[in-house]
Amino acid sequence: MLSPTFPLSRLAPEQRGTIESVDWAALSEPEAKRLREFGIDDGVAVEMVHRATLGGGPIACRIGRMTVALRRRVADAVHVVPA
Amino acid sequence: MTPAPLVALVGNPNAGKSALFNALTGARQKVGNYPGVTVERHAGRSELPDGRPVELLDLPGTYSLDPASPDERVTRNVVLGELAGERRPDALIVVVDAGNLDNHLRFVLQLKALGLPMVVALNMVDLATRDGLELDPEKLASALGLPVVPTVAVRRRGLDELRAALHEALRRGPRAVPAASAIADLRSLQREARSIAAAAIMSETATRRLGNRFDRIALHPVSGSALLLVMLFVIFQAVFAWSEAPIGWIESGMAALGEGAAAVLPNGFFQSLIVDGVIAGVGGVVVFLPQILILFAFILLLEASGYMVRAAFLMDRLMASAGLSGRAFIPLLSSFACAIPGMMATRSIDDEKDRLTTILIAPLMTCSARLPVYTIIIGAFIPDRAMGPGIGLQGLVLFALYLAGIVGAFVAALVLRRTVTKGASSGFMLEMPRYQWPHARDLLLGLWQRAAAFLKRAGSIILVTTIVLWALLTFPQAPEGQNQVEYSAAGRIANGIEVVVAPIGFNRDIALALLPAMAAREVAVAAIGTVYAVEDSESEGGQATIREQLQGRWSLPTALAFLAWFVFAPQCISTIAVARRETNGWKWPAFMVGYLFALAYVAAGLTYWIATAAGL
Repeated sequence: MLSPTFPLSRLAPEQRGTIESVDWAALSEPEAKRLREFGIDDGVAVEMVHRATLGGGPIACRIGRMTVALRRRVADAVHVVPA
Repeated sequence: MTPAPLVALVGNPNAGKSALFNALTGARQKVGNYPGVTVERHAGRSELPDGRPVELLDLPGTYSLDPASPDERVTRNVVLGELAGERRPDALIVVVDAGNLDNHLRFVLQLKALGLPMVVALNMVDLATRDGLELDPEKLASALGLPVVPTVAVRRRGLDELRAALHEALRRGPRAVPAASAIADLRSLQREARSIAAAAIMSETATRRLGNRFDRIALHPVSGSALLLVMLFVIFQAVFAWSEAPIGWIESGMAALGEGAAAVLPNGFFQSLIVDGVIAGVGGVVVFLPQILILFAFILLLEASGYMVRAAFLMDRLMASAGLSGRAFIPLLSSFACAIPGMMATRSIDDEKDRLTTILIAPLMTCSARLPVYTIIIGAFIPDRAMGPGIGLQGLVLFALYLAGIVGAFVAALVLRRTVTKGASSGFMLEMPRYQWPHARDLLLGLWQRAAAFLKRAGSIILVTTIVLWALLTFPQAPEGQNQVEYSAAGRIANGIEVVVAPIGFNRDIALALLPAMAAREVAVAAIGTVYAVEDSESEGGQATIREQLQGRWSLPTALAFLAWFVFAPQCISTIAVARRETNGWKWPAFMVGYLFALAYVAAGLTYWIATAAGL
């Protein structure tokens, strides 16, 4: 792979990026559906709003024009290229 | 005469749909239930420009026509005309958030394929402008091929234009649609939506979003949790402090009503039924209304401002460790006032197992009905000793009782999620709405609707149960010289209960009190008072004597066991009935009653045995 992609869950707070690919197979049917409904798709702009430095806990990120909360396991399936 | 046209409001969650519905209908709303499902149906009336009435239906917010929760299924079925007992709408008003067109237009495109007459309400244009977005509604309308009306629902802007557009759409009737367009998948719809949105946006200035900055504090594990704790503290303080006066008014009002009825009605069964049964029983529930209203006012405020989702976000980590999701936080918070609205609030949880678990543990949150029981027992048995600056032993015990309920709920959730409600972790995926100022009119309307729902549900159930309990305590009639309570059916049942509860230190009076406590928990104290008052005819009534009576007749281990019992206590009959409604059957309420009884028994038993062994 040429582009340095990494999971959405590892974007630093306030860091922006673009979704490069989504590992749909790693997600359950309802999870994949909800992600699509949130507008997650290749090429969409994302920005990390909040991520706790320590431990698990959900993350909050902007997808396009909306802010959503996701658990890390789900956010791990979304691969982004940092802007 | 043809019925008024039915127009449904549909849209994504957080599009401001309900605010628009409120603005269009005012207070002319009817809240009911869709047949067969526990989803609230909000209907109301509005008028077209020519004065003709239209019936408006506020459908649950959803992202697509592919439903995930019961709420979303209702929206899909109504829109497709497949919900039994509900006619298909004649037209749709699709509400979109002007600040999030990329996402909301996707649903518009999906609905457009249905061919129903349709108007797009471009809502919250003021917020979009605030965020630096300049939109061209006409461009949007021509790209969509649908009428678009800019609105600001909370400021009542654009309503006349919306009614005019609706009138026109209804007049034109159904649109022709290509047969295949309905099957377009989410992804291609989303791409189309994005390109239409891009075309409709004239300019975009990057503004620093104040909300984002606040989120860095509100979502932070340390500062966010501190903020949440402070808010919860203020809410609980208000729930108990502000409700004192209105509770007093209701109590004296009910007492006056009882006396009035007693004076008017002839002595006898009928008088006893009305005064002791109906007025006392229903009054016992209505007394909680002030606390419930105050708690609801706060919950509505937090929801409308957009903060509630942030609270759920913060709580998700903790909830996940018990196998629940952050969404369970709101129902559980409501349950501190009363488990009935708490259980009703679980409807927003889409995962069935998750929702069921939340319903099953909701009664473990100490509801306000248990407070009078706690206060009187603590007052009688726990010495008023200071344990430190500002911390009294009595307060500490009360706090411990609340904490025991919360811890018990978490342990119960953990166990349930690994046994009877086993299933994959449901996850936590939520849209976080923008912060906004709540609107007083919408808050008041919501408060009114929730209060009415509570009174209707709790009131009707409690009415029946109090009548049954009154009958159990009144019949058969004791012959002259015998104690009525002892002689009654309830007294005889208590004899049976006593055998079971004797090992955990409960005496006969407690056994007798447990029965009416099923109607409403706080009645337990009054019931014990009644028993003692009847037995000791020379003693005077009133709380002071109940306290003395308790001190004289109960040992400390018994009192502690009684408190432990009430932490896990079998919930009141109204709660059980609502659990049946929400789970569509008797299976889960029966399980809930069973496991809570077992838990209460073990907790009370352990408390009694340990306290006795410790020589208390």
